[in-house]
Parts: sequence; structure tokens; C-alpha cells
Amino acid sequence: MAGPLLEVDGLVKRFGGFTALNGVTLRVRAGERLGLIGPNGSGKTTLINCVSGVLRADAGRIVFDGADVTALPPHRRTRLGIARSFQIPKPFASMTVLDNLGIPLEYAGHARASQGTASVAEILREIGLEAKAHLQPAGLTQIEMRKLELARAMAARPKLLISDEAMAGLSHAEVDDILAILFRLNAQGITIIMIEHIMRAVMRFSERIVVLDAGERIAEGTPDEIVRNPAVEKAYLGE
Amino acid sequence: MARMGRALLVGGAVIAAGILFASLKLNPYVYFAGYVILQYVVIATAWNILGGYGGYVNFGTPAFFAMGAYTAVFLILSLRPPLFVLIVAGGLVAALLGLGIGYLTLRLRGVFFSIATLALSVVLQTIIVNWEFVGGSRGLSVIRPSEPPFGSYVKFLFAVMVALAVLSVLAARFIEQSWIGRGLAALRDNEEAAECMGVPTLRLKLFATTVSGFLLGVAGAPFPYYVTFIEPNSAFALDYAVNALAMPMIGGTTSWVGPVLGAVLLGSAQQVAIVTISSEMNLFIVGVVLVAFVVLAPEGILGLLRRLRGH
Repeated sequence: MAGPLLEVDGLVKRFGGFTALNGVTLRVRAGERLGLIGPNGSGKTTLINCVSGVLRADAGRIVFDGADVTALPPHRRTRLGIARSFQIPKPFASMTVLDNLGIPLEYAGHARASQGTASVAEILREIGLEAKAHLQPAGLTQIEMRKLELARAMAARPKLLISDEAMAGLSHAEVDDILAILFRLNAQGITIIMIEHIMRAVMRFSERIVVLDAGERIAEGTPDEIVRNPAVEKAYLGE
Repeated sequence: MARMGRALLVGGAVIAAGILFASLKLNPYVYFAGYVILQYVVIATAWNILGGYGGYVNFGTPAFFAMGAYTAVFLILSLRPPLFVLIVAGGLVAALLGLGIGYLTLRLRGVFFSIATLALSVVLQTIIVNWEFVGGSRGLSVIRPSEPPFGSYVKFLFAVMVALAVLSVLAARFIEQSWIGRGLAALRDNEEAAECMGVPTLRLKLFATTVSGFLLGVAGAPFPYYVTFIEPNSAFALDYAVNALAMPMIGGTTSWVGPVLGAVLLGSAQQVAIVTISSEMNLFIVGVVLVAFVVLAPEGILGLLRRLRGH
């Protein structure tokens, strides 16, 4: 088997005197479902901002699909196959749901869409937004907005999808709804990194979980191992 | 592509109508006022490529306009090339300036970008005021070429401005309906999200500032021949900054039609006010109309029409 899809090596990110990431190393296999957890301020979002390119790391290396992407701007990484959703939805407010998906499809998806014209309608159906295709984002509910975030990321035809707290603030049933979508996408061969505070969801979804605390990786393992790990318990609950 | 062909056809027809109009024997003031309105069509359209499509509000329109005008002055004084050369050169110098402010967008967004463009205008005006060769603060007289087409230079400039207006509107329309326009709309809505969805935001912003700058310079290049006396206060007038922003806002910023509508309506109203009330009234009119639109119809006339059709 080839190397991992994503390799993060010794990633360091500082904001002034504060070290948000302190030499984080991470490997993600193609097709894997990885959960990324940690207390607030542990560096989860900073890590994925560095992976997606929104932030430039101060040290370390990021290799995606065999290519060193450390110095690439975000749009180039998206074209290579890294797509993300945002924790706070950032839709293109002046466009319809359909046109929101048209942007990544046109700018990133077409470049690699092997199956001819990748249909936006198909993605919308899969995610359950087809009835809202012609609405503007302002007319969407909270969960539909989260779905739009995922659908838009999917329109970039990614190999790796990073879901940044796609479920925060949703009801029990809605969380299950989003989980089912993510499982379906993964079944199509898309590698998924899930960042989430809802433990029930991460535990069910992830094959492997990485725990960050204060910018360092403190644990890694299957959900069962993580639950029993004393270091993780300490990070979340204190001494 | 059929739509493209039709647009070119309509554009050609408008230019032909402009030439026909210029050969009529109307009151010279009609051409004089018409020139200003058309000049504003170019300015509003150019501003909107960056401000409307891309969401970067440029308060420094006078800087670009004056760059076009003073490049023309410089060339008239040194080489006296034909008007066409003045227009292209004025456009290119302003385009370079546009590329420069494009790089500002790396660090400055929103209101900070706008303030920087305003400052740019002030800095450039200070340079021109202290540059004696192009007239300094006293200004200088520009002598028009003799024996113009249509028997009058103002008529000739009017016809030229018709062509420039058509070309800028065609350019704006093309940008708006292409992948560039869609990318600009995405970055206007949310720059970070656009970048993460594969949109090369920096490249698109540089494109928009450069093209917008070029067209603003093009609008300013014939100005010295139009006024025949050029001085910094008129070339860097506040009117350009205010009108460039107000006209697209009043017409509607999301489509090429908006700036044209705004420029024609507001520009005509200003010209009428100058004659019938006073020359000081025109900015007052803009102010009142702009406030009314921002409060009552923030999406301009186009938005208003859309709302009426929707319900």
C-alpha cells in the first residue's frame, strides 16, 4: 500500500508568545475516519487551519497525497483534494444553495472530476438539500446551513474532507442525520477528519481518535482505548 | 456565445448611434453635458468591477482618474501623440496603480482598504501639486488638436466617450458572466471560504483592481482636452470619489446594468441641476439620493425592480 494520504510532521504554530501547536505529528490513511478531539483551546481548529492552508505553519511539513503542500495557498490545496467545512458556517450569502456548490465545482472539482460532469444536484440529493437548491442561505435552518457547508466542501470533489464541528448545537436526531451523511461519504472512499465536541458522535464515527491538549498530541487510539486513557481524562477533567 | 455576439452587436449599434448623434447640429451644451454623463458611465462601471463584484470599496477613484488625465498632460506636453495613444497610456498607468492597490488587499480589508485608497488619492495629489512640468498647483492650459472630426472637438470627444463607455460596459458584462465574476462574487461574500473552495482570491483581486484602474484611467485621459485647463483640484475632485460609489449603489452593484442606470440617472440630474439651480447643488443631490437609497433600497434600482417582480 502507498504512504498515508495526509502526513503532518512536527507542525508548530505560534500566535505571538502563545504556542498553539507544538510539534504536532499526524498520519491519516486513505479512506480512514479520524476523530480529532481535545478541550477548548487545545489547537484542533488551528491544526486544521494549517492543513487547509488558512494559516501558515511556523515550522513543520505537510504532505498530501505525495505532494509537499506546506507552502501552498488554500485554493491550491483544495484543487489537490483537501476540502473543509467551517465551524461557523460561511456560506456565499448572495448566491442560491445551487450556486454555492457551483463555486468549488467550477474552481476545484472539475479539475479532478473523473466521472465527467460531477453533478451538483447529485450532491444535494445525497445530503438532503435538493428541495432548498434555489433558496439563498439566509432562508436555511441551522442544520441545513451545516449541510450546506458539507455539500459545498463535497462539490470540490475532495479526497480528504475535514468536518470542523459540523454538529455543534444540533439536536440528537440532527446529529444522527449528519453522522449518516458522513458515513455515506466515507463509504464512497472519501477520507474524513472529524473535529467534534459531541463525544457520542466522535466515538461512533471514528476508527481512530487523536487527542490534542495545549497544542500537543497526548493520545491516539481506537475510541475504546481513548475512553480508558488516563491522560485524556486528566486533560478534560483536570486532576 | 450567441449572447456574446448579440452584446457586441448592441454595443456596435450604440457606438454608431453616438457617431450619428455627434454629427447632428444640436446645441453644443448637449455634447458638453453628454460627455460628462458618459464619462460617469465609464467611471461607475470601472468602480463596480472592484467594488460591486469584488466587494472592495475604492474611495480613491480621483487618484486613478487623475493618473489618466495627468499621463495625458505629460504626453501632450512632451510628444503630443494622437488621442488614442493618450487613452491607452492613461489607462496603463492607472492599471499599474490598480495593481499596486491590489497588493494592499493582502493586508487590508473592508473599511481599512477604503481608507488606504483615500490616502493614496491625497498623496498623489500632493505629488502633482509639486510637479511643475505638468502645471503644479496653478495648472496649465492644454491646446486641443486643430481640425477635429465632426467640426468641433467637444463633439469628437463625445463620440469617443460613447465608444469608451460601450467598451467598458462590455468588459464589465463579460467579467460578470465569466468564471472571474463568479469567483469575485464568492470572495465578496466570504473571502476565506472562497479561497478554501479553490478560488484563487489574490489573483482575482489583482485582476479586478488592475482592470478597474485601467478603465478609470481611460475615463480620465481625454479630460485635459475636454476642460482645456487642467489643475489638481478639478482632476482630483471629490465628485469622482462620491459619484463613482453612489452611481452603482443607486443603480445596483451586482449587475453591469446598475452602474449604467445610476450614472445616466444621477449624471443627468446633476447636469440639469447645474444649469437650473446651481453648480454647487450637484453633490448635494447625490448625497440626498444616496442616503435615500441606502435606507430604502439598499440593493439599488435593480434590487427594487427584482422585489417588485417577485411579489
